[in-house]
Amino acid sequence: MQLTNRSVQVSNKEMTLAEKMYLPAVISGLGITIRHFFRKKPTIQYPEVKRYLGPIYRGLHILKRDEQGRERCTACGLCAVACPAEAISMIAAERQPDEKMLYREEKYAAVYEVNMLRCIFCGLCEEACPKQAIYLRHDRMVPVFQERDEVIYGKDRLVEKMDDRYVRVASSEVQATPTEPSLTRAAT
Amino acid sequence: MDLTILSVKGIIILVIFGVTLLIAMYSTYAERKVAAFLQDRLGPNRAGPWGLLQPVADAGKMFFKEDFIPAQASKWLFILGPCLAILTALMSSAVIPFGDSIRFAWDGVKYDVNVQAIEINIGVLYIFGVVSLGVYGIMVGGWASNNKFSLLGAIRAASQNISYEIALGLSLIAILMMTGSLSLRSIVNEQATFFEWNVFTQPLGFIIFLTCSFAECNRTPFDLPECETELIGGYHTEYSSMKLGFYLFSEYINMFVSSAFISALYFGGFHYPFMDLVSSGLEGSLGAVAGHNVATAIGVVAFFAKIFFFIFFFMWVRWTLPRFRYDQLMNLGWKTFIPLSILNVVITGAGLLYDFKYATWLIATVMIVLAVVSTARAPKRQVRPQTTTA
Repeated sequence: MQLTNRSVQVSNKEMTLAEKMYLPAVISGLGITIRHFFRKKPTIQYPEVKRYLGPIYRGLHILKRDEQGRERCTACGLCAVACPAEAISMIAAERQPDEKMLYREEKYAAVYEVNMLRCIFCGLCEEACPKQAIYLRHDRMVPVFQERDEVIYGKDRLVEKMDDRYVRVASSEVQATPTEPSLTRAAT
Repeated sequence: MDLTILSVKGIIILVIFGVTLLIAMYSTYAERKVAAFLQDRLGPNRAGPWGLLQPVADAGKMFFKEDFIPAQASKWLFILGPCLAILTALMSSAVIPFGDSIRFAWDGVKYDVNVQAIEINIGVLYIFGVVSLGVYGIMVGGWASNNKFSLLGAIRAASQNISYEIALGLSLIAILMMTGSLSLRSIVNEQATFFEWNVFTQPLGFIIFLTCSFAECNRTPFDLPECETELIGGYHTEYSSMKLGFYLFSEYINMFVSSAFISALYFGGFHYPFMDLVSSGLEGSLGAVAGHNVATAIGVVAFFAKIFFFIFFFMWVRWTLPRFRYDQLMNLGWKTFIPLSILNVVITGAGLLYDFKYATWLIATVMIVLAVVSTARAPKRQVRPQTTTA
């Protein structure tokens, strides 16, 4: 069965004298390689130059705040249930009346931990979250760690900083659907 | 020979030794860079600017590796192998004329010292002798390893070097007949004008010599002694640390020496077009002594430019052609190159009888005509239909 039209039947004719001399073929071969010598190299110098990995790359976890700066997470635990690697754990707490500016709902996560050694960056927590609270950001990777006590990320490193808001797609390169929550609500 | 000449010669020998090692060292870097560029990559660029410290890093790594001698190996021969390889590789650059001569006056005596380690009147023979000793390094190392792959590599190296040395020597005979001397300096001086470079008078001899020197250096497409895909590492399978380093290094030194040898024999050595005009102009403007020395320096630079081109050519060919099969290698050596080089000698001799230097173009022309005719008359692609057994 022929799958492509690229296959060529091998010819078994006698070699001519020119072919037996090898030299014409050698010279044309040298011509081909020297053209590659002067060709522009497609290499990207990785640590210095990083290419854009697209808006759906799954990198470092982030716990989003809403447009008023309140944490969105309500500690429902759906992300922890969805997580195939069991990397997420949390302890819920009730919001006090004077904490209305800090948490959006009446229940919040007092402790929220992601074990970066367990996480497989599948993005199921992102999909499971009903409050659009947890995201795997597309623009930042989990930094390299050398010690085991650096591995578990608590809320101090997960919650979005107010001076460093995360937007899923840079406005110049919007490719996501308009229903993308980070575009409609958090892109302030 | 008085002390001044001796000390100047000593300096020249040291410089040639150092330059040989330096070039061999940076050939490893150049090889990786050329390989990368020919394959649309960038090559080593992390150690130092443009990766220029890569050879130093490689050498450092080599030194810190464990120096392992297999239990079943013949210990002293195992050590002797790489020593022989690098010794013979380093020895052969002694007779290559790198430049014309340095003139200077010392204690009121005028000196005229050749830029060459030793000028002997059998320079070509010396190089042949040393190069054929070089195969002992590979043979001894491969045999002493007591490993079938090493032994196979060593046997291949030995038989390949012996086969190609014959064609190498025979293609050179034509040059020796034209020059009438075995001294490399007089062969170089014979090629003073551009169109008398031996590559123009001996095109066929040049191609044979070039190909055979690829085989002598164990370079692709003739790298059968160490082909990784068939023999792991060939003769240096069992070697590690700096012993392996010596083997690899001697290959690059051999490449440098054969590039220098080719440039001296076929490309006029330190001669370049309009050399007489340049040197007489320099001697007119700078004075006889200083002008001569500057002209010599330019000649040395021209010689090294030729050498670097051939080193590049060695690498270029390596990353272009696949390896020959062993029977193809032997057929090419014995059935093609030896008859052709004998024919070359005969035609050159006939040409010399009638004082015509360019006689071997006859063979080249006939071969080109035959090739064109055979290509034109050849049947078009014949494809035998594949019989499919259902």
